[in-house]
Amino acid sequence: MIIVSGIFLLTLLAIIAVAIVRTKNLFVAVMLTSIFSLLMAANFFILDAADVALTEAAVGAGVTTVIFLSALSLTAERERSITRKRYLAIFVVVVTTLVLIYATFDKPRLGDPQAPVHQHVAPWYLEKTPEFIGIPNVVTAVLGSFRGYDTLGEVFVVFTACIGVLFLLGSRRGPEYAVYEPSPGNTGLSHHLIPKVVSRLLVPFIVLFGLYVQFHGEYGPGGGFQAGSIVAAGIILHALIEGEAAALAAVPRAALLGMVVGGAMLYGLVGLAGLVLGGNFLDYSVLLSDPIAGQQLGILLIEAGVGVTVCGAILLIFHAFAARELV
Amino acid sequence: MAGVIDGLSWILLSVGGMFVFIGGVGTLRLPNFYTRMHAASLTDSMATLLILPGIMLQAGWSLATIKLLAILVFLLLTGPTASYALANAALLSGMKPEESRQTVGDKTSAS
Amino acid sequence: MELLGYYNYWVFAVVLMIGFYAVIAKVNLIKKLIGLSIFQSAVFLMYITMDKVEGGTAPIIQEGVSDQIFSNPLPQVLILTAIVVGVSTLALGLAIVVRINEVYGSIEETDILDMDRKG
Repeated sequence: MIIVSGIFLLTLLAIIAVAIVRTKNLFVAVMLTSIFSLLMAANFFILDAADVALTEAAVGAGVTTVIFLSALSLTAERERSITRKRYLAIFVVVVTTLVLIYATFDKPRLGDPQAPVHQHVAPWYLEKTPEFIGIPNVVTAVLGSFRGYDTLGEVFVVFTACIGVLFLLGSRRGPEYAVYEPSPGNTGLSHHLIPKVVSRLLVPFIVLFGLYVQFHGEYGPGGGFQAGSIVAAGIILHALIEGEAAALAAVPRAALLGMVVGGAMLYGLVGLAGLVLGGNFLDYSVLLSDPIAGQQLGILLIEAGVGVTVCGAILLIFHAFAARELV
Repeated sequence: MAGVIDGLSWILLSVGGMFVFIGGVGTLRLPNFYTRMHAASLTDSMATLLILPGIMLQAGWSLATIKLLAILVFLLLTGPTASYALANAALLSGMKPEESRQTVGDKTSAS
Repeated sequence: MELLGYYNYWVFAVVLMIGFYAVIAKVNLIKKLIGLSIFQSAVFLMYITMDKVEGGTAPIIQEGVSDQIFSNPLPQVLILTAIVVGVSTLALGLAIVVRINEVYGSIEETDILDMDRKG
């Protein structure tokens, strides 16, 4: 039964990908991309990757759609159709597809327990997580502690992307480079009664759910990235309904900048604290007297840092796009 | 007792699935944007009200049931709001309910 | 039944190449970025396909239940990082497209190259 629904979802993916490429209306393409991300999240869940499914749904279907739509509102909405045919591109694509399909026959079939990927490091992680770290979710343990250096790099990538977008879009166009303040007359969609009432009901629960996902990252699917995106989505909903000025009054720009910088710094400081207390960089065992409790404290702190940075970065990127005037 | 619960959840899930199918067929076959919105919003409300309690009966008295109840309330709040926002946006952008009829039904009205 | 085990990989190859076609053959800059994000999602699908073990569940160790087969947690960690990095580069790419639109007035690649050639 899982096989049938898996095959159905995968075929839908290919059909939607073709539809995205063929449509000329960019708004339709963005909406189909969000459906594509949601189907991909369902596929990930069928393949037992619960954390990844949650991240793809929150980040791919949520945040990506908002960023695409804000970029679309600043550029064109339709694509011009090309007059000459792209025979060379089609030929290259078809040949590469056939070569890839031929190459996949060498891969182990789906679910094979003797595949090489399951042999070397993975059983060690599954065995040693209760012994060294003691939290149920192995993915968070590997992400936060065993491979914590990679996650540090990832937080810095999010930070750098946020700085890049602020450099490109954060200043007013023209000779005076001041930071743009939204006009107070912009009230968003607040004259629509039904979305306004429902979103006022929902925003506190969305933020609460984001906090739940953040702190339950060690016991189930969850963690900093998903939580940051969910809280940012709640505040973006508030910004869409009540107007951007209201959202900036609720969470001002200085607070967002502080969040982005503070989260990344918290991560680095936890690593340095490990160094100062006598262990290696990002070694959490020396943070407390009991090594296992030290590991759990370390993971809690870095996940908090990650969540805060991701939330601040997404909100800053959204405000940068939303504040840009159309000519 | 377990058989009764199982049978009840089977009935709920199948009827809910039937409503999803009807909603899908309606979205494709109805002639007009506004009539298609009626069919699409059927999936949001009726199918949710049938499928999620069917799954809740399968889960029994556990934490999963409370989470499913929260999902049910959330979907019942946001689904109809989304349908309203979509229909309102179409009306505000000028799509009139009579003009967008396709020529499927016009053969009978031409006589 | 044997071939069904490879269906994931075939869909991965098809979706990968569809996204790649959008990047190389489409003229609109936003369409290229959408194609890039489809390309990335297909790569994630391939990695997560590799992590499934027959009869396994998500790698969350529950207390008191021993001898449970788990799916591999390692590709999931890699893909978690990759998804967030993908969204960051997408945001940056879209900011660049918005700026190009402001300077050149269009987001079609042929128009931009024509304007550059005319000086």
